[in-house]
Amino acid sequence: MIWLAFAAAFWAGAWWLNSRIANSSLARQRWAQLFVPVLFGVTILVVWECVVRGLQVPLVILPAPSLIGARFAAEIPILWADFLQTFVKGALSGYIIGCGAAFLTAIAIDRSEFLQRGLLPVGNFVAALPIIGTAPILVMWFGFDWQSKAAVVVIMVFFPMLVNTVQGLAESSAMQRDLMRTYGAGYWPTLLKLRLPAAMPFIFNGLKISSTLALIGAIVAEFFGSPVVGMGFRISTSVGQLALDMVWAEITVAAIAGSLFYGAVALIERGVTFWHPSQRR
Amino acid sequence: MRSILPILTVLLAIVALWYAAAIPMNIRAALTQAERDGAIVTPATAVERRDSNAIGLALKNPAQIPETLDQERARLPTPHRVFAELWDTTGAKVLAGKAMSKRSLIFHAWITLSATLLGFAIGAILGIALAVGIVHNRAMDMSVMPWAIASQTIPILAIAPMIIVVLNSVGVQGLLPKAMISAYLSFFPVVVGMVKGLRSPDAMQLDQLRTYYASRAQTFFKLRLPASVPYLFTSLKIGAAAALIGAIVGELPTGAVRGLGARLLAGSYYGQTEQIWSALFGAAIVAACLVGAIGLIQRFTMNQMGFNR
Repeated sequence: MIWLAFAAAFWAGAWWLNSRIANSSLARQRWAQLFVPVLFGVTILVVWECVVRGLQVPLVILPAPSLIGARFAAEIPILWADFLQTFVKGALSGYIIGCGAAFLTAIAIDRSEFLQRGLLPVGNFVAALPIIGTAPILVMWFGFDWQSKAAVVVIMVFFPMLVNTVQGLAESSAMQRDLMRTYGAGYWPTLLKLRLPAAMPFIFNGLKISSTLALIGAIVAEFFGSPVVGMGFRISTSVGQLALDMVWAEITVAAIAGSLFYGAVALIERGVTFWHPSQRR
Repeated sequence: MRSILPILTVLLAIVALWYAAAIPMNIRAALTQAERDGAIVTPATAVERRDSNAIGLALKNPAQIPETLDQERARLPTPHRVFAELWDTTGAKVLAGKAMSKRSLIFHAWITLSATLLGFAIGAILGIALAVGIVHNRAMDMSVMPWAIASQTIPILAIAPMIIVVLNSVGVQGLLPKAMISAYLSFFPVVVGMVKGLRSPDAMQLDQLRTYYASRAQTFFKLRLPASVPYLFTSLKIGAAAALIGAIVGELPTGAVRGLGARLLAGSYYGQTEQIWSALFGAAIVAACLVGAIGLIQRFTMNQMGFNR
């Protein structure tokens, strides 16, 4: 009972503080914009912990954050091995191959309006499909190890990346292209100096969408068969053993990996497309 | 209309590539079968064939190429076999009056679709509600919105097996657990899109309503809500596609009983490649119908509201 009362009190206090900050002039400042969401996150963790303890929720339904944290700290070697297998070998290699192939395809079909008009609707359509369903086929073809996961990721990221790159390459205006022509620039200089830089916001949009898809693809593909290491494998077997604290620890790893991956791409984007209005401060 | 010819060309190229790829993919099995039937193949034994590459094998044994295109349980079933399977499990069942039998893909697609629709409805309604709260409450905006955006970079799908098993252990089975995964996946795109939409009226328009002495509710219903419609539909399309993926993945850990995800898993357990491919096409058709239906509603609504004038 005390736990529940404490949870309610903490929630009320944190919310009061947050709304005071949000509605005052402090809200414009940078530390406040960081502090408010962090306090909200901490509040959720505290309430979660207190409710689990107060109601004595069994471990097989919802483990407390402190248990998950302890498990995370205790199993770092296993989690690290899973991370290497799924993220570095599966997701990252597939991401690089898939995005690279899509980029090169976009350049290759750039000169043919016919192919673009054919490929774009097909690509848009395929991008909305549940491609994750190809996982069992690819596991059958490429075996249980990381190659099949990379193949799933390649297919998942290919079409969003292709559509975004083709759209980006069409982004420069007729005036800008005319200017390049008056400079006597041919196809390749125009591509390298005008159209590719102009396409960068779109290309990075594709890269950001793909970064999320890559991790999802690599994890879910492991549900269809994997060696005895990997995040998807660990999640599905730990669920089977009802070791939910391990599942949550693995999900924490996935969340951290996903955010860092996305953050890294966003950071590179800021460096490359510093001229774009959305990046100016 | 101008795009029909290019699209058809691309689709034809894909089918041609598919047939071409089927030859090297299936040649080994075809040769093994031919050897068992007493035909002469080069190289003669399976051990020698194991180390040679598939395209070379196909060139050395042209007699077996037709068999690769029409093989049972092939590694890569050819399009006509996949579509024959698709027809057998859908159209033929309807004609036989057994559209809802357990061997019919329509039955499995409906199981998945019902979970998707329920989850999508829950996710979309909750998402819109949260977006309204975020727009009207600064504290909520500052605390929740960063998390809503950050959560899109997290592979949420990874928790699907856990939700299924946990809900199963407290006695919730069937439609609801899958629908919850779908709801969870479609929730965040709707929140983010809807917040953007509700914020899309510019300061001039908001000022105008203030000069009319409009209340907050009036501003909301007469300006913010109508302005958010295009954003809402865009995010609903993303949400619907995500909800379908959630429902399919949600069917995996329950042990492959019913639904499109179950067909995928059962097909991969028993090596029924045609079943996998037909389930895949079934899922694609469902996804296309969902997104297409939302697109139609969008076009109708936007026409009625005068967006396209």
